[in-house]
Amino acid sequence: MEPPTAEELRERLRERLQAEHVEVQDSPQLCPGSFRVLVVSGTFRGLKTLQRHRLDNEALKEELGRIHALEQRTLTPEQWEAERGSSA
Amino acid sequence: MSAAVRAAWRIGAAAALRGRAGRPLSQAAGDGGEAEGGGGGGGSGSREAVERLVREHPVVVFMKGSPAQPLCGFSNAVVQILRLHGVEDYRAHDVLQDPDLRLGIKNYSNWPTIPQVYLNGEFVGGCDILLQMHQNGDLVEELKKLGIRSALLDAEKDQEKK
Repeated sequence: MEPPTAEELRERLRERLQAEHVEVQDSPQLCPGSFRVLVVSGTFRGLKTLQRHRLDNEALKEELGRIHALEQRTLTPEQWEAERGSSA
Repeated sequence: MSAAVRAAWRIGAAAALRGRAGRPLSQAAGDGGEAEGGGGGGGSGSREAVERLVREHPVVVFMKGSPAQPLCGFSNAVVQILRLHGVEDYRAHDVLQDPDLRLGIKNYSNWPTIPQVYLNGEFVGGCDILLQMHQNGDLVEELKKLGIRSALLDAEKDQEKK
């Protein structure tokens, strides 16, 4: 089975989680078919990290069968702003 | 991403490459096929069997390969993080050795990937969550609740920059 493209994952996460910002990188050097994602969405507010990751997993249900591994960072819009504000 | 995160991934990637020596790449990949599917039936993948495994020690890890020889960068990252905290005594299960367990653990936690970390019988997450917990201090706290004193509490601050 062909693994999904980074673009497919990006779109899926954006639409299913009403994400305001999504970054997807494939990480073939770590393990082939691995992806690293950053999702910024208001739907994460009030949720612990594990719950946020489960939301992502749910959004990518069909794609996960074709992925080897998924690394996630999940932030609320506020956390994202704070992070961007503090980097040099 | 912070320098600590990049450093941790370099550790994971480098060690994974060493760990994979002599083992074809195709055997280390291809986890995705088992992401969904039926229950493990009886045997090592059953709910009862998995329940016993996650409860047999305060720290239980389901991984690819072993702590001595991890076979995937993510599994290796978990081993390295635990090692940084001085946690060397834990239960590690190599899912590559047991396809029933590999499927069963994913059904048990309703989580599609390996590695999986359990603290006090409770699913905590995969390696990215463990890394975040390591960076934000949560891991030291969770280990403390299990009566495990993290080595980082005793170490010089400099050790964290490795």
